[in-house]
Amino acid sequence: MKHLLGLKDVSADEIKNILDTAEIMKKRLDGDVKKFDDLRGKSVITVFFENSTRTRLSFELAAKYLSADAANITSTGSSVAKGETLIDTVKTINMMAADILVVRHSSSGAPKLVSENVDCSVVNAGDGMNEHPTQALLDMLTIREKKGKISGLKVAIIGDVKHSRVARSNIYGLKKMGAEVVLAGPSTLLPARLEELGVRVYTDVNKAIEGADAVMGLRIQLERQKSGNFPTVREYSELFGVNSERMKLAKPDAILLHPGPVNRGVELTTEITDGAQSCINEQVKSGVAVRMAVLSILAKNG
Amino acid sequence: MKILIKGGNVIDPANNISEKLDILTDGKVIAAVGKDISAPDAEVINAEGLTVVPGLVDIHVHFRDPGYEYKEDIITGSRAAARGGVTSVACMPNTKPALDCAALIQYVKNKAEKAGIINVFPVGCISKGLKGEELAEIGELKAAGAVGVSDDGRPVISSTLMRRALEYANMFDIPVMSHSEDLGLVDGGSMNEGYMSTYLGLRGIPKAAESVAVTRDILIAEEVGARIHICHVSTANSIDAVRQAKKRGVRVTCETAPHYFSLTDAACDGFNTNAKMNPPLRSAEDVEAVIAGLADGTIDAIATDHAPHHIDEKNVEFDKALNGIIGLETSLSLGITNLVNTGKLTLCELIKKMTYNPAKIIGTDRGTLSVGAPADITIFDAAEKYVVDVSKFASKSKNSPYGGMKLCGVVKKTIANGKIVYDGGIEI
Repeated sequence: MKHLLGLKDVSADEIKNILDTAEIMKKRLDGDVKKFDDLRGKSVITVFFENSTRTRLSFELAAKYLSADAANITSTGSSVAKGETLIDTVKTINMMAADILVVRHSSSGAPKLVSENVDCSVVNAGDGMNEHPTQALLDMLTIREKKGKISGLKVAIIGDVKHSRVARSNIYGLKKMGAEVVLAGPSTLLPARLEELGVRVYTDVNKAIEGADAVMGLRIQLERQKSGNFPTVREYSELFGVNSERMKLAKPDAILLHPGPVNRGVELTTEITDGAQSCINEQVKSGVAVRMAVLSILAKNG
Repeated sequence: MKILIKGGNVIDPANNISEKLDILTDGKVIAAVGKDISAPDAEVINAEGLTVVPGLVDIHVHFRDPGYEYKEDIITGSRAAARGGVTSVACMPNTKPALDCAALIQYVKNKAEKAGIINVFPVGCISKGLKGEELAEIGELKAAGAVGVSDDGRPVISSTLMRRALEYANMFDIPVMSHSEDLGLVDGGSMNEGYMSTYLGLRGIPKAAESVAVTRDILIAEEVGARIHICHVSTANSIDAVRQAKKRGVRVTCETAPHYFSLTDAACDGFNTNAKMNPPLRSAEDVEAVIAGLADGTIDAIATDHAPHHIDEKNVEFDKALNGIIGLETSLSLGITNLVNTGKLTLCELIKKMTYNPAKIIGTDRGTLSVGAPADITIFDAAEKYVVDVSKFASKSKNSPYGGMKLCGVVKKTIANGKIVYDGGIEI
């Protein structure tokens, strides 16, 4: 694997390899000294054209724990703000002997365009509404740890599927790993012909959650209300929010996931966000481990 | 210089001719069409085995001149046309400045005439500066030589302004060439809404964004009794709206572009910006509807919407890439490959939609091989296959999704106003 642009074009074997490696990395994170040699002498540059706190920090810490030299640029205050094209920006970084570029961009497909113009490895840290592969990998790692497997599980993804790169990467990844994926949200926030991705689609959240092994809430951008996708936040949380009543429809041992940050009281109630089924904090730790795994695998192959 | 074209399969839809004939030009116009013509003082073109048709007429191109000459100019656009067998074009007014006054119409005509390659018929603006606020001086535009009016590239948002434009243009018998689009429904989309937009995570444009506006514009034209020409139809419902309107006797014509009968939105896979245009490539069902519309006569003309863009405007993020592809140098072969060779249209029907019908829409006497008509003639091999090589295009821009594709039909010679303007290799 030279790049990680999305789970669309990654095989089940490659996903399994990343998750197995991430499991080892996660154990390492529990040790006293978090410094390993895997990426010594390699450079990892996070290039974020869109705001992010947790994903960027997660990648940077992952790189540093593996002894890479890590640096970052963001769009504000950089040459991007001066009108430099994406391709020129990344070619410049590439020539500074970068080994891995971690790219977040508001345009779908931007990391692919980057990969076609540099000779270092590229990791997609989220592109538009397309993919967020490391998020889906950390979700799968969390599910596998808690459930012992992914294959045969029913995973319900609830919320704004239309604008969600997290949902798309999870659909591709979970399907490849043999899970059943069901989605639910208001019809205004479900993309066209979604079922053709091999998933079941509901507008009734209860039906989607029924019998699920894992329930994933998606973050709702509050500006979606202003653009007419749902009438009020109040009605959204009532009809499409996940609460403890709805969690009871899932399997008793079902887990709750959310990519964060959570709009408490909107897509998830505080009660379940902080409840016993919630794995939201665990996901954050899985995130660092998955990114350590991805970086180390790319460094070996790239 | 007289030219005698010997033994070609002559197709002239205007005169119901489709047989092996000779054609003689007198240097400017067609002097004779018949069997065994001899003219000792003429240059002879041996067209045995080739097809001879009226020079193609493309009523929707962007030559970007004045203002965007880094994409294309009137001279390079004309050369691209000639290489594609096109001898007459109508060029859209979304230049900089926009073609909204007589002087600018005159500029385009003068530059094209001085270049002396093909016939360039300018289209004037509907509204001043394409702003959609006030009517342009349509009477003056027509007097200066505009063959239609259009705000192409963007719709006339105000229904009232559209009504006024139709009423006003109708006085001068000049068609309103409508880019019909409901921008509210487009809602920031960058490709057709469907499976592929969901798969790629790109904002989708619903088909209704086109169909709603086409229907609106037809209904307004119907009520005021004016002529309307709908540009680049791409959806089944747009085509059906035109079909029903024609049945009611509305004075409506429409065109489609080769990409709407040869590609679907699947071409956008991999974030291919050379498959990004407006209207966007649609679904397979729409492609079928476009072909059915061509076959049953609902769609009058094939026009390329030749839209040159610089590589820097296409080699960017998909949602930031500019809309449009070039088409002049592939339109004939796409028609032959996708319509004639598949049995959907006869070669004669295809040629009619690329010559006589579009010529009528813009009110020119070209697009025929009638004796006395201007000697615009295209000679091509309808059976020869080739692989599209964008580096060989005469256009200044190379933004075509057809590079590397195998197509059928190769232009051999293009004659405009009695002069050979493209010579693809056979001996004179």
